[in-house]
Amino acid sequence: MDGPRILSISELTSLIKNELEQPIFKNIAVEGEISNFIHHTSGHMYFSLKDKNSKVKAVMFRGRNMRLNFIPKNGDTVVAIGSLGVYEPNGEYQLYIDQMFPQGVGALHIQFEELKNKLQQEGLFDYERKRPLPTLPSHVAVITSPTGAAIRDILSVIGRRFPKMNVLVIPAIVQGVEGPPSIVQAFEFAAQQSDLDVIILARGGGSLEELWAFNDERVARAIAQCPIPVVTGVGHETDFTIADFVSDCRAPTPSAAAELVVPDYFELQRTVQGYYQRLLVNIENLIANKKTSLSYLTNRGALLRPQDKLNRERQRVDELLSRTYRQIEYHQDRFKQQLRLLSGKLDTLSPLATLSRGYSICSKNGQVIVDANQVEIGDHVTVRLRKSQLSCIVEKREEVDY
Amino acid sequence: MTTKSFEEALKDLEDVVQKLEDGETTLEESLKLFEQGVSLARYCAVKLDESEAKINLLLEKNGQFLREPFEIEEKGN
Repeated sequence: MDGPRILSISELTSLIKNELEQPIFKNIAVEGEISNFIHHTSGHMYFSLKDKNSKVKAVMFRGRNMRLNFIPKNGDTVVAIGSLGVYEPNGEYQLYIDQMFPQGVGALHIQFEELKNKLQQEGLFDYERKRPLPTLPSHVAVITSPTGAAIRDILSVIGRRFPKMNVLVIPAIVQGVEGPPSIVQAFEFAAQQSDLDVIILARGGGSLEELWAFNDERVARAIAQCPIPVVTGVGHETDFTIADFVSDCRAPTPSAAAELVVPDYFELQRTVQGYYQRLLVNIENLIANKKTSLSYLTNRGALLRPQDKLNRERQRVDELLSRTYRQIEYHQDRFKQQLRLLSGKLDTLSPLATLSRGYSICSKNGQVIVDANQVEIGDHVTVRLRKSQLSCIVEKREEVDY
Repeated sequence: MTTKSFEEALKDLEDVVQKLEDGETTLEESLKLFEQGVSLARYCAVKLDESEAKINLLLEKNGQFLREPFEIEEKGN
């Protein structure tokens, strides 16, 4: 008679293991109350998760539980995300936990992941959707709380980088249930302004709940539909929100968003000046060269060429040259004026201003001396004064107390 | 040229300077490039100084928009 095949315990456990470790038990989220909690000296956490009727064993290894942002204890209701597995030595199945959140936060986290997946599948995060930011915006809008830390930081960065930038603050409530509709409305208002070319959506740091408005689907869609490029600067560096994924560019903080959006005025001015100088140098060299070849031609070619052709040539060059000089004179005055303004600003920052108050800079082989030990008796050093410099020899070294 | 953005003008300026420096143009072409370059540089400089340091708060009343000068409220701490 065919009796059932006799299995070894290991075989049985292995069969159960195969049955249990299926995809449907992978990456599952369960809610339950912690009991029998043990934080073992190995660093691993062993406990049970239970509800009114059932109980399941759970383990969270050290590598995972190090990333917990709360300390679990008996009685806590949590949401745990992980996979089912079988611990063969004891023939027990248990939940191997990857992430765990206190109830509430856990629910938010799952909501976040669901919305993220949904919008990602719709293509709202696609790289192709990202619009380039203008190099030089003429009007920057900031959607944020007009009384928060974010607007303060942003205006201070803009003031430093581009003091004349036009900024339009569009007030919005940035936390709580009123947050999302208020932010959506601010985007609607922004779209109705004709003179904006980039928007910063910002909020200072806060708890996960406080930043939650930026994980709202309505806000995400408002950003996606906004006709103007949007840069997000929400919370701190480690905070990633749905708004960040949808926006054209994510900055780690409100200040960083301002840095990204507003260029450095002085740097751009130097760039333009640099090109202008190169134009001048080139055209001056060109004229000098042409003059040389003209006189060469005059000396040599008089006998070879008919005189009238040579004269025509000379007249043409003269004409072009005087036109160029007029151009140079015309434009140079304006540029010199701008350059003076700019260097006036730089003067106050430059060491030259300090030198004109009677201080001097001592250096050896181009290296600034700040300590007597940097030189030896007999060394040659250079002392830089306001408009001149002295070459000196070190006679003596001594410490001075102030 | 009046509708050219700053970045377009800056890019064109860069190209003009590059062409001029390559030295493969005739005198007349070079002068043309020079003039073009100078007016591009001026255009960029003007664009840079176009904004007026206005910091406003947008207000909406019955569908009408208002802009008021914005001041940061100084808080106690």
